[in-house]
Amino acid sequence: MIELISVYKTFNKGKPNEVSALNGVDLHITRGEFAVIVGSNGSGKSTLLNIIAGSIQLTTGTVSLDGGNVNKLPDYQRSRWIARVFQNPLSGTAPDLSILDNFRLAALRTQKKGLSIGVNSAFIQQVKDRIAILNLGLENKVNQPMGTLSGGQRQALTLLMSVMDECKILLLDEPTAALDPRSADIVMRTADELIKDFKLTSILITHNLKDAFTYGNRIIQMSEGKIIRDVDAKAKSQLKQTDLFEWFA
Amino acid sequence: MDFLLTAIIQGLCFSAIALGIYISMKIFNIPDITTDGSYTLGGVVTAITLAHSLSFYIVLPLVIVAGAIAGALTGLIHTKLKVNALLAGILVMTALYSVNLIILGRSNLPLNSDHTLFTIGLVSDANQNTLIVLVIFITLLTLLIGYLLKTDFGLAMRATGNSESMIRALGVNTDRMKIVGLAIANALTATGGYLITQFQGYADISMGIGVVIFGLGSVIIGETLINWFSITSIWVSLVLVLLGAVLFQLVLALTLSLGVDANLLKLVTSVFVLLIVTLPRLNLLKAS
Repeated sequence: MIELISVYKTFNKGKPNEVSALNGVDLHITRGEFAVIVGSNGSGKSTLLNIIAGSIQLTTGTVSLDGGNVNKLPDYQRSRWIARVFQNPLSGTAPDLSILDNFRLAALRTQKKGLSIGVNSAFIQQVKDRIAILNLGLENKVNQPMGTLSGGQRQALTLLMSVMDECKILLLDEPTAALDPRSADIVMRTADELIKDFKLTSILITHNLKDAFTYGNRIIQMSEGKIIRDVDAKAKSQLKQTDLFEWFA
Repeated sequence: MDFLLTAIIQGLCFSAIALGIYISMKIFNIPDITTDGSYTLGGVVTAITLAHSLSFYIVLPLVIVAGAIAGALTGLIHTKLKVNALLAGILVMTALYSVNLIILGRSNLPLNSDHTLFTIGLVSDANQNTLIVLVIFITLLTLLIGYLLKTDFGLAMRATGNSESMIRALGVNTDRMKIVGLAIANALTATGGYLITQFQGYADISMGIGVVIFGLGSVIIGETLINWFSITSIWVSLVLVLLGAVLFQLVLALTLSLGVDANLLKLVTSVFVLLIVTLPRLNLLKAS
């Protein structure tokens, strides 16, 4: 589903502040796999995710999605396959638009946004039913601007928005980093349920080793722009949480 | 009372600019000051088409296209050449001065046409007739813009200025969207020039100098009211912006009627806008 072949990324090439963010990453993630990427700050996790999503262009190498080379496609065209949840809850939603309008745009992720009014009573009911799954009482506030909600609520809604339209790949970039433990738990459990229900191919970046241990069926450790450890589903099930802490010792 | 009617009429003419500035500044969050140029462009195109006795009905489409091209140019310079939006606007505005002069052929052109928007007779009194025609025109324009902002495309426009990372992830080419947005904004501004030129009966090369402040002031008055009453409806917001444009002209007319020197008009305008901008903050200071 996602394939990276010897991907390199250098920022500010040839300047004194040159940084090699990725140094030859080869990665193949198969359909339905839920990979968790861990690694210390500056190890290249976010760069990797941004290169897959297309918001950063790679220096050399190839990225393929669903069997086709997407090197030349910008992020807004890769949205055909990819839905994203950002680290900053503000990045994944439009604060001045209502919950309903945000969901409407998400429902058109892979389609044209045309000159007709798409928010009708059937759509409103569909959104309410979806939001009710969260049990946060938000289904009665669909006309409220997104900006009036808490970070945790916004992150949970961003997750639901990702499956409003056909979604093959879900990229989660530290979705709970800015949240309190309870909200973080709600968001992670929602993500896990959606990934299972919709059989999504997903990548989660996290600094929370407990989450890395609990969720996903593959775990990858990065350091200095390279993949230094790759544990598949079978090996991951035999892993103990303390083993993960030792990786960072 | 006649000067009040004139002020309201002028306010309604400027409300097209206010809608344009509302789109660029509030919807797209881009400080676009192509306004001075595209407003004059609208006036100049109107005057030259009417002076050449071309059909009255092609004037408005021509004005809209001209304004849209000016806006799209600012958008292209801003998004594709990565020039700061403010500078991109100044560049196009400056260039438009020459373009306008070339189109007009001289610095001032009277309309001398007996067929304009305001000669469409609905009532016998000329001033009242102008007011009625304008109210109908602006109502139609507002309905059009309001509808546009409610559509899926309009939602994508609003999200582009609100959360760019989000809307790109949802499959929208934000560069193209900004170019379209600035084209719409400046088409509206040019429509303001179209209205004023027909109202005052001539186009002048310097008619646009400082006109951006009328748009900005109107939007800021509108926004103050929007925040005051915590409005979220796009329809009410648009109406408040229109109200802002009319209020602005009324305040200026009242100031002049109090005997303030007309040479001080721009100074008064600036101070007035400054007051509107700072008023909400001064209130907050008192409250805390």
